[in-house]
Amino acid sequence: MDMFINFLVAAVLAGTPLLFGTVGEIINEKAGHLNLGVEGMMAIGACAGFMAGYRSDSLIIAVIAAFLAGAAGALIYALLTVTFMADQNVTGLTLTIFGCGISNFIGEYNIARSETGNLKLPEHITSQIRNLNIPGLSDIPVVGKLLFSYNIFVYFGVVIAIIVFIYLNKTKSGLNLRTIGENPAAADAVGIHVARNKYISLLIGGGICGIGGAYCSMIICGGVWMSDSVNGLGWISVALVIFAAWSPLKAIGGSLVFGAFSVLKYYMPKSVITLPNAFYDMLPFLITALILVITSVRKNKGRAQPASCGINYFREER
Amino acid sequence: MAESAVKKAVGLHVRIAKRAELGTKKAVLIRLASVLAALIAGGIFILIIGYNPFPVYGTIVKGAFSTAMAFQATVKIMIPLLISALGVTLAFKMKFWNIGAEGQIIVGAIFASYFALFHDDMPHVLLIIIMLAAGIIGGGLYGLIPAFFKAKFNTNETLFTLMLNYIALNIIVWLRDGAWADPESGGFPKIARFSANAQLDKVFGVQIGWIIGLVLTAAVFVYLRYTKHGYEISVVSESHATARYAGMDPKKIMLRTMFLSGAVCGVAGMVQATGSDMTLATSVAGGVGFTAIIVAWLAQLNPIVILIVSFLFAVLEKGSSVMQSTFGISTYCADVLQGIILFFVLAGEFFVRYKFVAGGKESKS
Repeated sequence: MDMFINFLVAAVLAGTPLLFGTVGEIINEKAGHLNLGVEGMMAIGACAGFMAGYRSDSLIIAVIAAFLAGAAGALIYALLTVTFMADQNVTGLTLTIFGCGISNFIGEYNIARSETGNLKLPEHITSQIRNLNIPGLSDIPVVGKLLFSYNIFVYFGVVIAIIVFIYLNKTKSGLNLRTIGENPAAADAVGIHVARNKYISLLIGGGICGIGGAYCSMIICGGVWMSDSVNGLGWISVALVIFAAWSPLKAIGGSLVFGAFSVLKYYMPKSVITLPNAFYDMLPFLITALILVITSVRKNKGRAQPASCGINYFREER
Repeated sequence: MAESAVKKAVGLHVRIAKRAELGTKKAVLIRLASVLAALIAGGIFILIIGYNPFPVYGTIVKGAFSTAMAFQATVKIMIPLLISALGVTLAFKMKFWNIGAEGQIIVGAIFASYFALFHDDMPHVLLIIIMLAAGIIGGGLYGLIPAFFKAKFNTNETLFTLMLNYIALNIIVWLRDGAWADPESGGFPKIARFSANAQLDKVFGVQIGWIIGLVLTAAVFVYLRYTKHGYEISVVSESHATARYAGMDPKKIMLRTMFLSGAVCGVAGMVQATGSDMTLATSVAGGVGFTAIIVAWLAQLNPIVILIVSFLFAVLEKGSSVMQSTFGISTYCADVLQGIILFFVLAGEFFVRYKFVAGGKESKS
């Protein structure tokens, strides 16, 4: 039982960066942009968040820096795909190469100039991102550990997912955004500002991915700078968007499931079943591929990508 | 909508219009201008990190060409990039978004490695031919999977091929940790080094992958431009309905083309494993499949231009390793420069396809 609770806790912690990446990518795709640059935007956010935290010793500044850096990466993408109508796949892949490159580059650049040969977050900020211990609540057996024992990012991620869900599904501008993703020409015809909305949602989505990146560099790596801290989580996030059927709310559960996959190999009792570790790492992608096939067999529109996703909108071709 | 943003920025009434076919000369000029702008931007980046951009650029070029050995290393980097870019080109010509080159490279390498590891007692030439065939079949079959589902159920190929990449990657890890683990590695997870009999031969000091690459460049060029298949691909890319009307079977063409696309990528995997790595490493694709997409796109899906672009990418990569040893600039700098160049070229492409028209009909937005 204890083992199982520990497993769930580990799953939540492993799923949180995915949640940020996924929610960010959902906003992008809802605007009609299949952004393959998630990995890159997360990497940029990882670097900016870490370096800002390292220098300022403030968690808030670190998170804001990660958001802004992710958004800056997204700005390049938005400029190229929305205004310059460049190919989305190529632009996204380029953003990933660039983002990972510049993140690792800045990391090594700073390491080379540090006295100790490594970069470690100051004590004040690491104490803020440690797992919470709320007197009273965290001590409740089982529930306390399952609900009130995480670092602050976990709760922040859930809150962001809920806000994005409400924005997309319950507000007028969220409806406008979804219209753009499904049919930009129709949105344009009813007077929705397509380009402006695309820019805003791409930037916000990129910013949220950036915060997910900060989670990787600041928490997963235990407060010491490491190259490639995002290490493919951005790609898993792209998969998770499909698993979550483009819903931020389902992304919360989905990130828990994918997080569970990634830690399953440490918790699966060897006496019950022994599978190679690679199989567990493969699971998120295998299941996502299966979902893609199943939804296309069923022609399930409710679980499909926004219709204009991947296609740039050129007004004169309406 | 885009034009209103421009309008605000420029303060003029301009709108964006599609260009009539731009002369090749002008298009090339625009592209060269974007590369130049990119080099300037990259130079500013180098300046910011505290180096003089001219010697740094100089070192990159010199580092890739200075000695015969350096040049051989550059070509070695180019080989898998060239071959897989040719592979994805076949699919892209059909507007089939094969993002799965990475996976197809890996599966091709796995198939070829099976023979390198377990049947290396065959005569050398026979073994190489069998490994090449295995690479073709492995990559081809792996490319066939998304094509089958696309043809049958219209499954989104961009996302599906993306997933297949990571499934393939984990298959190597699986083999490495299990059935194919090297018993003599002392617990270090790796697959055994191929015996000399299973290694590709060298011509002019570089593995013969470069000859395979050149042959494939010519083959893909001829295939796309001068054969019935090539013509069918271009019809299917425009419209499946038109293709059917003309008596073609778009599904069959899709399956055939994706098999070939994957097969060529599989060759890249075979060549990388048996010619450069001499083992099946988890990094056998190592992002080449993604870079290949960028190369193919930059080259406008023209095999001859792909040859040039993939060579330039290899120069940048090789040169930047020399840059690291000379200036102490981390090799990640190459990724940054690559990104900057691509961003500029992507933006420049806009000016090839569209133009700003002054005045014109005022539209409310």
